[in-house]
Amino acid sequence: MNVARLRRRLPRWLVFSLAIGLALVMLAPFALMISTAFKPHAYVLEIPPRLIPEAPTIDNFTEAWSSNNFGRYFLNSVIVTAFSTAGSVSLAAMLGFVFARYEFPGRRLIFGALLFTMMVPGLVLLIPQFVLAKNLGLLNSLLGLVVVYTVMNLGLNTFLLRGFFAAMPQEVFDAAEVDGAGPWRILRSVALPLARPGLATVTIFSFLAAWDEFTWAIVSLSDQQLYTLPIAIRLFQRANGTEWGLVFAASLIALAPVLVVFVALQRHFVSGAFMGATKG
Amino acid sequence: MARARRFLPIYGLLLPGMLLYATWAAYPLISSFLLSFSEWNLTKPTVFIGLDNYVRALGDPFFWRALSSTVGYTIVTVVGQLILGLGAALLLNQRIPGRSVLRLIYYLPVVTSWVIVSLVFLYLYNGQAGALNWLLRDVLGVIDKNVAWLAEPSTALWAIAVLGIWKGIGWTMVVFLAGLQSVPDELYEAASMDGAGSWARFRHITVPFLRATSTFLLVVLTIGGFNAFISIFVMSSSATGTVGGPLNSTDVVLTYMWKQAFTQIDLGYGAALSFLLAGAIAAISVVELRLARRQAST
Repeated sequence: MNVARLRRRLPRWLVFSLAIGLALVMLAPFALMISTAFKPHAYVLEIPPRLIPEAPTIDNFTEAWSSNNFGRYFLNSVIVTAFSTAGSVSLAAMLGFVFARYEFPGRRLIFGALLFTMMVPGLVLLIPQFVLAKNLGLLNSLLGLVVVYTVMNLGLNTFLLRGFFAAMPQEVFDAAEVDGAGPWRILRSVALPLARPGLATVTIFSFLAAWDEFTWAIVSLSDQQLYTLPIAIRLFQRANGTEWGLVFAASLIALAPVLVVFVALQRHFVSGAFMGATKG
Repeated sequence: MARARRFLPIYGLLLPGMLLYATWAAYPLISSFLLSFSEWNLTKPTVFIGLDNYVRALGDPFFWRALSSTVGYTIVTVVGQLILGLGAALLLNQRIPGRSVLRLIYYLPVVTSWVIVSLVFLYLYNGQAGALNWLLRDVLGVIDKNVAWLAEPSTALWAIAVLGIWKGIGWTMVVFLAGLQSVPDELYEAASMDGAGSWARFRHITVPFLRATSTFLLVVLTIGGFNAFISIFVMSSSATGTVGGPLNSTDVVLTYMWKQAFTQIDLGYGAALSFLLAGAIAAISVVELRLARRQAST
């Protein structure tokens, strides 16, 4: 008996149509979001909803970009994401490397403490981080966002990179140690180049988490000039009704970098799927 | 001396990361724990009040209501994601054309931010001209007048739960797919030779092989359900003007905590609520792991 026949547990056409049906359910909300972004305001809530806009326009995109300082919000998001990602990946590489390759007094205790705080739901830290940021003058500041996002990703990144460093063969490190290299140099010239796939994965996930972060941004920022994209999108929901075309045009602008990264680096998403776990 | 010189660079590598972690994670955790035994509104000095915040929570009907909504939301979303995620994984585990494109499509909601998908569903759920009302009334004819899904206390939380399921199917599927790929083909082959039908093969080979995967998913998805916040915050405040509206029907522990801490400025009570939630999450995770282990041993 051949395997292909055994695998066919349900008729092929049924499997395929179920799969297509599910794909439609997953895609329909995106399709409506995109088409609405190209509709003039009068048509955004038409019945029946049209997938192909009757009078397509790019006005929503130009207006979203030019009103409310949207360029500024985009830049804020870029700054905060870039610095916090660079920060959490490089600090986590240092931590993960040391925990994976060295024995030293206090190692178990420090690593245990790190794991313990990682288990705590992020929102437990919201109130005390707010108080701390207030005392340090980091409320309503992009630096405050960078610090909190760096810490937010640091535990998980450390944990994952530690796994990568621990899996490396001892011989490559022995050779470097014989040459008299210290931990800093071994990390830079031996361990980091070998850890490239791991670094790529944690970089992508840190980027995503920081780019999409909502709760800390809305708690800590009161000055509109400092808004990042996730909270700025909601500015188009006005008291006299939501301007859906603008909301979705703005959403698509915010989503575009994510989609580019996702489609280009798909395999990292799948290999890293397990790690996204704790980021409900 | 030589020992110190050996360990110095190691601690040097640890220092920046651990310093940041100690300041922004460990210290806040401890200070929040202390805060949960105090009364504080940011202006008056902190007053130590012992267990009062916790006692107050246990006698607070809004807390209990929020907790039961949290549990309801979690059960519905966890079950929904497990069933549909497993279904999607079983479909994509077959040799069908366009498998990788389908996987990409199913995963799309996972990478889209909570704020954006919440806004999209807010639009779909629109009470007058939303696409869902159009679909159910004009196309399928299952309702006879439009429903304001998010403004109706009986439907609001479940409408938000549907978004939670939709967004999580792709991730659950990917994890299940990894589990399915660990089942050796030879087992199915041998079972078929012994005359096992497709259901028997699923029941006696696939299900036991997926046990570890399912337990992992159960625990992780439960934690995710208890932490649902952004979707509820965005959708309830946009649709009804109040976080947790209509009539507190979408209040979960986190939105209730949010309101106590940041609108009532009752930080001690908010901190106590967050620790009660963390305790509940820890307890339920332990129970789930125990049950899974017992099941495995019988």
